[in-house]
Amino acid sequence: MSVIEVKGLKKSYGQVHAVRGVDLSIAQGEIFALLGPNGAGKTTTVEILEGFRSRDAGEVSILGFDPKTQGHAAREWRNRIGIVLQSAADAGDLTVIETVQHFSGYYSNPRNVDEVLAAVGLEEKSGALIRNLSGGQRRRLDVALGIIGSPELLFLDEPTTGFDPEARRAFWALIQQLRGTGTTILLTTHYLDEAEALADRVAVINNGLIIEVSSPAELGGRATSQALVSWRDGNQIKTQATDNPTSVVTQLTAQFDGEIPELTVTRPSLEDIYLTMIGGTHE
Amino acid sequence: MNKIPSALNLGIRRGSLEIKQFARQRESVVFTLLFPVILLAIFGSVFKDTIAPGVTFSQYFVAGMIASGLVNTGFQSLAITIPMERDVGGLKRLRGTPMPASSYFIGKAILIAVSMIIQIALLFGFGLLFFGVEMPTEASKWITFAWLVLLGSACSTALGIAFSIVPKSGRGASAVVSPIVIILQFFSGVFFVFTQLPSWMQQFAAIFPLKWLTQGMRSVFLPDSFAAQEVAKSWENGKTFIILSIWLVLGTLFAVRKFKWDRD
Repeated sequence: MSVIEVKGLKKSYGQVHAVRGVDLSIAQGEIFALLGPNGAGKTTTVEILEGFRSRDAGEVSILGFDPKTQGHAAREWRNRIGIVLQSAADAGDLTVIETVQHFSGYYSNPRNVDEVLAAVGLEEKSGALIRNLSGGQRRRLDVALGIIGSPELLFLDEPTTGFDPEARRAFWALIQQLRGTGTTILLTTHYLDEAEALADRVAVINNGLIIEVSSPAELGGRATSQALVSWRDGNQIKTQATDNPTSVVTQLTAQFDGEIPELTVTRPSLEDIYLTMIGGTHE
Repeated sequence: MNKIPSALNLGIRRGSLEIKQFARQRESVVFTLLFPVILLAIFGSVFKDTIAPGVTFSQYFVAGMIASGLVNTGFQSLAITIPMERDVGGLKRLRGTPMPASSYFIGKAILIAVSMIIQIALLFGFGLLFFGVEMPTEASKWITFAWLVLLGSACSTALGIAFSIVPKSGRGASAVVSPIVIILQFFSGVFFVFTQLPSWMQQFAAIFPLKWLTQGMRSVFLPDSFAAQEVAKSWENGKTFIILSIWLVLGTLFAVRKFKWDRD
């Protein structure tokens, strides 16, 4: 059963067509990444799904609700989703635990506050005032507030922007834990390694359209694309694109009679593929 | 599956959270709560005269101070702090939770009411001790006082929330809101005796709640003989009730329909 179902979504701001016909279908328990450069329509799409923006056309169903829903039904709907926005810097005068405790009161079946603080690694900071937290700790608090209501669906908007590498790894581990609980996650990011590490499927969005949806390993024909073999021949670095890198290396081994100088065999990274994809549609 | 908490229940929780946050901002606590006392001290020291037999300026001024305290604490502070909350993304985050808008509004109303009660207590204390302010003795005056504070506080809260959509940013909010409040205070007879103001000023002020709140408070703190010196030769408390109620309804409708959770 799909948790998110979007058909023909469109949104314009005056003359600017931000979203020009997006289709998405995300299954229960999936971690789905939406990748795209700034201005591609990522934020507009996600904010329509979150119920923060109106749409011009198309059908949207999130856990069976239309995000336009108002009144008590909207509360029932919001009770089942969690949203981690790009930045919130409010409530500096409250402590971590006071804030999480307070938000837990908004939901019908909140998670245990101490468990959530432990899950995001803030148990030692539970008594600290929010304004004294570091950027990374604040972000973890944002996530704690996003998951306190035991959501069936979690929206994560560029969750690790501004993190150092260590904090990012810790954050990824946290998201992988949530996967274990069956939570569906829609992640937007512009870090390709993040999409690769976390997502079951990736959609690339550019100019308001989804260009491709696939697993990170298969995006842009990555799994089947040609490998590049390169080595040093005298003063020159030589490179050969091939479908059969093993036989190229075998030939070179014979040619050099043993060790091949400066040998590398590479396949395009997700980043290479992605840049080709979004570059190719710019013109 | 448990039920989602009721809007009223969450409103009360919001109220206690708002009070907790307010209480931790020490500078603003001291300034907000003591502001009416400071003004009373200044004006009470400058104007020693009596404005009518047995009515000191301090006595007249206490009525104006409580009325304008209601406007400062509710309208002015909300119309400035809500855009600030909006700027830092706090409102958008709340919008994404099952907490309804009405709970947020109830929380603000509780904060304003509590802050008002403390301000009034301080003003009474200082007024009695240092400025010879006399308290009414009739029960009927205290009943008038109670509904004026409650209705005034609710009206001021609703209008503050409604006006919070006007300033584009938290930084500019104070520049938009403060002049409006100061002008209304001068026009409404807070700092001057209302009947001594030019009549166009009186008529302009009569559109807005502050003039009526001030007049209503005079009916509590001044002897009934003073009513003859009002513009209408009476306290007009019935009219005050109706005009404040209309503003409360308009403010609430506007706040509920047009409240902005997000910057754009």
